[in-house]
Amino acid sequence: MSDTPDLPGEVSRRQVITRAAAIGAAIPAAGLLGACATGSSSEKKDNTKVDNSNVANPFGVKDDAALNVVIFPGGYSDKYATEVHEKMYKEKFPKATVKHEGIQDIDPVIGPRFQSGDVPDFLNNSGEKAVNMGKLVGDKQLSLLDKLWAAPSLDTPGKTVRDTLIPGTIESGSFNGESLQLNYVFTVYGLWFNANQFKEKGWDGAPKDFDAFTALCEKIKAAGVTPFGYAGANAAYYMFEVIMTSAAKIGGAGVLKALDNLEDGAWKHEAVLQAAEYWAMIGSKYSDKAFEGLKHTEVQLKQNQGSLAIYPSGSWLESEQKKDTPATFEYAMMNVPTGKTTKLPVTSVHATASEPYVIPAKAKNLAGALEYARIMLSKKGAAEFTKLTGSLTSVAGAADAVKVTPGTESAKKALSGAGKDVFTFYWADDYKDGLGLPARSATNDLFFGRIDAKKYVEVLQAAADKVKKDPSVTKIKR
Amino acid sequence: MRHGKYRFVAGFLALPVLLYVFYVWVPFGYSFYFSLTRYRGTDVPPVFVGLDNFTTLFTDTPEFWKALTHNGVILLIMPLVTIVIALIFAFFLNVGGKAKGGVTSGVRGSKFYRLVFFFPQLLALPIVAVLFQSIYRPDDSGLINGALNKLGLPKIGFLIDTNIALLSIIAVMVWQAVGFYVVLFSAGMSSIPKEIYEAADLDGASRWTMFYKVTLPLLWDNIQVGWVYLGIAAFDVFALVDVLSVNRGGPSFSTTVLSMEVVNKIGAGNYGMASAMGVMLFFCTLTFAAISLRVTKRESIEY
Repeated sequence: MSDTPDLPGEVSRRQVITRAAAIGAAIPAAGLLGACATGSSSEKKDNTKVDNSNVANPFGVKDDAALNVVIFPGGYSDKYATEVHEKMYKEKFPKATVKHEGIQDIDPVIGPRFQSGDVPDFLNNSGEKAVNMGKLVGDKQLSLLDKLWAAPSLDTPGKTVRDTLIPGTIESGSFNGESLQLNYVFTVYGLWFNANQFKEKGWDGAPKDFDAFTALCEKIKAAGVTPFGYAGANAAYYMFEVIMTSAAKIGGAGVLKALDNLEDGAWKHEAVLQAAEYWAMIGSKYSDKAFEGLKHTEVQLKQNQGSLAIYPSGSWLESEQKKDTPATFEYAMMNVPTGKTTKLPVTSVHATASEPYVIPAKAKNLAGALEYARIMLSKKGAAEFTKLTGSLTSVAGAADAVKVTPGTESAKKALSGAGKDVFTFYWADDYKDGLGLPARSATNDLFFGRIDAKKYVEVLQAAADKVKKDPSVTKIKR
Repeated sequence: MRHGKYRFVAGFLALPVLLYVFYVWVPFGYSFYFSLTRYRGTDVPPVFVGLDNFTTLFTDTPEFWKALTHNGVILLIMPLVTIVIALIFAFFLNVGGKAKGGVTSGVRGSKFYRLVFFFPQLLALPIVAVLFQSIYRPDDSGLINGALNKLGLPKIGFLIDTNIALLSIIAVMVWQAVGFYVVLFSAGMSSIPKEIYEAADLDGASRWTMFYKVTLPLLWDNIQVGWVYLGIAAFDVFALVDVLSVNRGGPSFSTTVLSMEVVNKIGAGNYGMASAMGVMLFFCTLTFAAISLRVTKRESIEY
């Protein structure tokens, strides 16, 4: 019950990789798992002939071949498939039959079908009961998606599918360097506020650096409102997310990459130190010590009630708070500020791709499945998805013309404003035990004034060094 | 006939024993095994590493030592305070009142108090924890801090001040446990023959003398049982720490206990280490129970 709140962006790719890597190592030794079911066919026979000059049908889909699509009807429902993507597919290939299955419990229903070989062509492997990606990767049950990325975009002339995606999308679905998963939904992180409150009080909703942000906090404080805060009881993650974002802006995304790769002294990088120092100052001067004892829902409610101005979170916040948001409250997102000297512009954002789709290696209509994915990743397919679900997709700028809720709208603007400067980090999930959990504790210590920034980076550097030295932890290079 | 009797007894025992073995001993066995392995994912087989996990635990896991220390602190404070309070309450409820016609009884309204004291025991531990979340909440909406604020006093960060967070949690444990031990000790006291109290009363013994010289020795068995129960509870505390503490055992690991660290390790996918801690917890509890039963052993008095 005091679990960290769900982070939709945190579909732990890295945990999957860790496991997949471990499986890869274990298979020769133990021959475990359903390796028997697939061992013989580990070399995928992929007969699709790709002709990228044929924009209409690069994969050579047979127009009468049936396509079996399985969608997880969760938070996004499965209407986007039945009413948009499948219809678009049918329009292209009128003779084909599309067999749609909306399945809640993916693993119990689809898992056995991987064993028998009667796999769907296209699978939305999502939800609590998704088929374990580690198993699928380890057993080589999935098709490589490289052809998809290299294919021409369906409705953006002159560009490949890869070109149309937000940076980081393909990487987020890669396992040991193999691109096997399409992550379709994008979560944007930033600092959230009530646009109406800011307008009414004349506060600056887009401070560009630390000094401007401090000035803003000073104004808010003078108005009797707590300027900034997060919930220490269960959501320390939200805060080190902010520190990471500032650090990446000051020192470039390479700073985060170094942390992910457990490089020596990475935590002691000037940018991390500066970011930690700044946010510790905000914690001591412009927050409320009591927040450490509150949960994320309680702090979010305080914001809805107007006693807290700025709150760090992801783009799910608006829909999470739907029930408690008064009509006068309009969610908007500002970029995490950066230091005086900055490598990335303040408009760069931390964002992650999630909601996984895969194509089984033994799909009968492999070409059709690739084409279906290409349809999803077309501007039209993505825009319609956003229209139906209110969520942003991995297709850059696809939702620009779509009318969405105010909060999503500002996330959308932030994302398109960032352009190529989109980054994320993985260490908190990759090394949750050795680094993620210590970071939560240390971040509370820092923000609520028990340690200073120097000590903070020292503690986390020591934790990272320990992980690096631990032979039992699978390391993941980025 | 004899044979038939054994079969009868065995028939009754077989099923419970089987269930016990399957649901208690088998998981125990697994934990011991996993504690000797490196095991980080449910779909990867455990790798045997000998005592590596324990070496890491002892030499390179500060949170383990913190958790162990906190369990120790709880073990020292919580049973003692609970038993003392429960004894005092029970004494007043049963023999603390005025002697009427040579018959001692509890203070006025003792039946009502007994009910009130027992009430927290009726609530499940997580509910108690949620209740105290509201009581301890560090802002104005907290029961205590709201009142302090109205009185113009400074707020107390019950669960966010590293100096008092653990004590705040111990206080909840005591609050929750006292009722049960009041009832336990009351039952014990009511089985002490009234004549002994009457005799003491005639000899002019004060209430406190009666308590020390009569009640306490004759209640020793109950106190011993209570001590062991509370001691074992001191090694658990999971539900309270999980719900009440900040950031699962925080702030800054100031409230973490072994069971919390076990769960934290499981949550982080480090099953080998979690099992090693679980095994340590097992031995701690076992040692405590053995020692306390040995130490508190006394001749029981028959009357």
